[in-house]
Amino acid sequence: MQGTILERQLLEPRSLTDALKMLRDEGPLVPMAGCTDLYVALNFGTLQPKRFLNLWNLDTLRGIESRGATLRIGALTTYTEIIKSGVIRRRLPMLAAAAREIGGVQIQNRGTIGGNVANASPAGDTLPVLLAADAVVVLRSAAGTRRVPMTSFYTGYRQTVARPDELIVACDIPAIRGRQWFRKVGTRAAQAIAKIVVAGVWENARAGVRPRLAMGSVAPVPLRLPQTEEALGGGASLAEAQEILQREIAPIDDLRSTAGYRRQVAANLLGQFFSLRSVRL
Amino acid sequence: MVLLRRRRAVGRNVLRKEGHDKVTGLARYIDDIPFDNVLYVRTIRSTVPAGEIASIHYNFDQAGFTIVDHRDVPGRNIVALIDEDQPSLAVTHVRHIAEPILLLAHPDRARLLTADVAIDYREATPNFDPERSDISFKAIAIDKGRLDAGMGQADVIVEGEYRAGHQEQLYIEPNGVVAVPENGGVTLYGSLQCPYYVHRALAVLLGLPPEKVRVVQTETGGGFGGKEEYPSVIAGHAALVAMKSGRPAKLIYDRVEDMLATTKRHPAIVRHRTGVKKDGRLTAMDIDVVLDGGAYATLSAVVLSRGMIHASGPYRCDHIRARGRAAMTNTPPNGAFRGFGAPQTQFAIEAHMDVIADRLGIDPLRLRERNALRPGDTTATGQKVGKDCTALQVLREAARRTSFSKKRKALEGSHRGIGLSLFFHGSGFTGGGEVKLASKASLALTERGVQIRVASTEIGQGTRTMHAQIVADTLGIPYDEVDVSAADTATVPDSGPTVASRTCMIVGRLLQRCAEDMRARLGRLTPAAYFKKHGGFVVTKQYEKPPGLEWDDDHYRGDAYGSYGWACDVVEVEVDPVTYQATPVSFTTVHEIGRAIHPMLAAGQIEGGSSQGLGYALLEEVVMRGGKMANAQLTNYIIPTTLDTPPMTIEILESPYKYGPFGAKGVGEMPIDGPAPAVVNALRHAGVVVSEIPATPEKIMKAAMRRSG
Amino acid sequence: MRLNVNRKIVTVKAHPLARLLDVLREECGLTGTKEGCGEGECGACTVLVDGEPVNSCLVPVAQVQGTRIATIEGLGGTHRLQRAFVEHGGAQCGICTPGMIMAAAALGRRPSLDEIRTGLAGNLCRCTGYAAIYRSVLASRTTSKGKGQRAKA
Repeated sequence: MQGTILERQLLEPRSLTDALKMLRDEGPLVPMAGCTDLYVALNFGTLQPKRFLNLWNLDTLRGIESRGATLRIGALTTYTEIIKSGVIRRRLPMLAAAAREIGGVQIQNRGTIGGNVANASPAGDTLPVLLAADAVVVLRSAAGTRRVPMTSFYTGYRQTVARPDELIVACDIPAIRGRQWFRKVGTRAAQAIAKIVVAGVWENARAGVRPRLAMGSVAPVPLRLPQTEEALGGGASLAEAQEILQREIAPIDDLRSTAGYRRQVAANLLGQFFSLRSVRL
Repeated sequence: MVLLRRRRAVGRNVLRKEGHDKVTGLARYIDDIPFDNVLYVRTIRSTVPAGEIASIHYNFDQAGFTIVDHRDVPGRNIVALIDEDQPSLAVTHVRHIAEPILLLAHPDRARLLTADVAIDYREATPNFDPERSDISFKAIAIDKGRLDAGMGQADVIVEGEYRAGHQEQLYIEPNGVVAVPENGGVTLYGSLQCPYYVHRALAVLLGLPPEKVRVVQTETGGGFGGKEEYPSVIAGHAALVAMKSGRPAKLIYDRVEDMLATTKRHPAIVRHRTGVKKDGRLTAMDIDVVLDGGAYATLSAVVLSRGMIHASGPYRCDHIRARGRAAMTNTPPNGAFRGFGAPQTQFAIEAHMDVIADRLGIDPLRLRERNALRPGDTTATGQKVGKDCTALQVLREAARRTSFSKKRKALEGSHRGIGLSLFFHGSGFTGGGEVKLASKASLALTERGVQIRVASTEIGQGTRTMHAQIVADTLGIPYDEVDVSAADTATVPDSGPTVASRTCMIVGRLLQRCAEDMRARLGRLTPAAYFKKHGGFVVTKQYEKPPGLEWDDDHYRGDAYGSYGWACDVVEVEVDPVTYQATPVSFTTVHEIGRAIHPMLAAGQIEGGSSQGLGYALLEEVVMRGGKMANAQLTNYIIPTTLDTPPMTIEILESPYKYGPFGAKGVGEMPIDGPAPAVVNALRHAGVVVSEIPATPEKIMKAAMRRSG
Repeated sequence: MRLNVNRKIVTVKAHPLARLLDVLREECGLTGTKEGCGEGECGACTVLVDGEPVNSCLVPVAQVQGTRIATIEGLGGTHRLQRAFVEHGGAQCGICTPGMIMAAAALGRRPSLDEIRTGLAGNLCRCTGYAAIYRSVLASRTTSKGKGQRAKA
């Protein structure tokens, strides 16, 4: 319900440069992309900021392109664009799989990958994918560009290293050779928040395959799981790896599920991931 | 002799009367209708579950505001329903979170929503456990035969305990009303099921004579019982503001407020202790039911009543003792929701039957065949079941269609299970209820043609359409020439509430009698020709109890309902061993409903009600914390989407009821009684034993751990 | 600001951050689009923006300037989907129907049952259990020549 809309202000930059200047000089400003999270918070009154920056028309933030070994996904790329992209289907199918499970078509048409990253929810569906893909978050400010590995991007519950004058402009993803896997366990089959979400890669390495694994909704931030990876990659049994996994994650009870369920299902999912390993493709 | 042309509408899928308006955006729901000079209303509610109001601080500029509290009530500060325990606005104490305390109104929504009201309380210790409550709104005892004798005959005694949680009706259009002060009284427009319930409640609250209160139902976006009695609360609030300010008052809840503050299905704890012979015959049933009524009685007595009468299931058993009570807790009052007590108790008995089947090593289908009521058998209240009883037919047909027995064997040891439930549902008000209601229906011949005038409301189920079909065929005129009046108390008589699966069987029958009368009077003339010659007239008929129905309300014995529908659900469920999610993969139901006046609408009730039942079984969990619904958003209270709903196969059987229009019984509620136990029984077949719904993955995981641990 | 709604240019007075849903209902008087939840979960507020379904309760009106907005009122009244929803029981209480039809309109002329289920997964219906909605959309499917299916009487 709209209460205080007259108190709010929207700034409309005509270019990325414009937008970055505004962030530097006229902040604090809340950047607005697809608004599929932002407007929910505004409607509920949990968020009551006053000043907003409209990113929607900044076409330089759109686009999916292969730049040699790197796949660059513009921050304003919607989930629908991700789902329909041939490049993503070939190079990063686990991201398309994640996008397909976000909301329904209405959300997919408006929600953006940059928004998912910036929103910093521990349940963000694309975040384990980006973590497992060793993505790099490309930040820009009026002062220049900063590249932050996804694995260093989150510092605490809903907190990122991004400064108030910075915008996420793209995610850069290095080439992945190997099998990709994504699974979301939601509260129902569609339009669901993840109770637990996992992305993994069995990467082709010289000596065989090497696992990369990330999970969401098992900690205050989405997690890459280096110790579990090391155990799996080092020839540990599934049971041993599951034990290490339990030490690496810290799920809680919340409205949607329980810590006990998340722990058990995380272990089961690890089992599923484990069964997918094979010799290099 | 009634002149009847060949039937043209009944039994055919004629076009829904208001269908065109609904698919074009022309249909006007309460929030779509513009009113001039309107004040928006906001309800200030208790934030503690129990306590005394210590002080109220208005921390805002009150200029332009209308503020209403209990002192502004001109009549009696109650929500008139059955008991008189619920105030419209709290006086000194509150008994639940979200209890309405005062109302703010202002023409500017922004100022309204930002006005800060701070209330201090002296908190009391709340009770959230119905089993620990020492306040019961109602207690009911049903006795048949002698329990000890029945237990004495048993070879085996099987016990079980079953729990069902709240369920939110989740009509997609939230509650909303607009109250307009006029003619020395008030006209109330709103989304509601029962205009005369609201009419009475407003007359009492405002201290107005009946003719000064007018209630007009607007197009209603779903009700399912959630707009049966609750609208009396919201209408009262809007009316109080309208009367005090002299301006129209608009009160529309958003989804969060609607979920936090309005009624839900009563949670239930049902215990069974059942005596059975080795061959599966039921010899004795000892049943205990506890319903959580929430903080005020509302309709708990009647929910308990229906729940108790259906608690022994569609089975014959000579010795039954059933005890039930609806207990008070410091949570928002619970109320009507499709099924009205029967989904809870039939979940329990049907889940229990499979427990019995397992214990005896008998096939669940055979167990039910052995015990299903047959015509001439008596129910728990001693009612002789009529010739139209089809419990065995629906059971056998459902089993045949799904190859149930073959599938049971084939799925053994897999992650899939197949389960069934057999259930029934009485139509109309219990016992002497219809006599007390003394419902009326009118049929008018006017300049514009024939018009139906009833208080029955269209809430999606097809009331207007179905009533017009009945009248059209009885009069022998085209369906398109029958008009249906708005449900406006200024125009229509009190036909009783649109609940209890009575709108076709009871009110439809009244209209049929009106049409028979009109037909006789018209003679050979068409309505238009008659009007031209003689002018118009109105026929009104009142409910007449069918002969032979006797009910003893003091001892809860006799004919509880004029007729019952009978049904059987079969569900196949797949359990994911990694995530413990249970997915219904197919759903088949056979419903016997007397007569399908409109086969497509009847199927719509069955498909919709079954879908709600699947949600009740697997998905819909109200998380209560400290007496408050903690997941009061659609993100977190989840109902089935397209991808959660399995393909459904519906078969309708007809075993006509003599006193229903064209043989029709009721169909609105029965579909929601069956899916939950069918799902739980399918889970049992798949190796997952749960006795509590919703059977969430977390509960299934616990069951799986128990089995392997 | 100027908006293109149902192929007409309309001038509205609206705060740029106003929800498209409110602008349509209040400024444009197009009350066919409904609010069921305000959180993008129910889809009752679905409209098409440049042919794509969106939840208008989550769209700031500033972001749809220069786009083509289509609401239920723009379908005319005899659209194949509208006829089919009436003839096949796709509408019961009707509150989800405008959003449901707009989402279905974006499915193209011959969606498969799977595509219908996926395409409508963001639209909640509490009345029908979805079955009659599938039947309605399937019945509305046209041939490549654009002729509608004849509905049975």
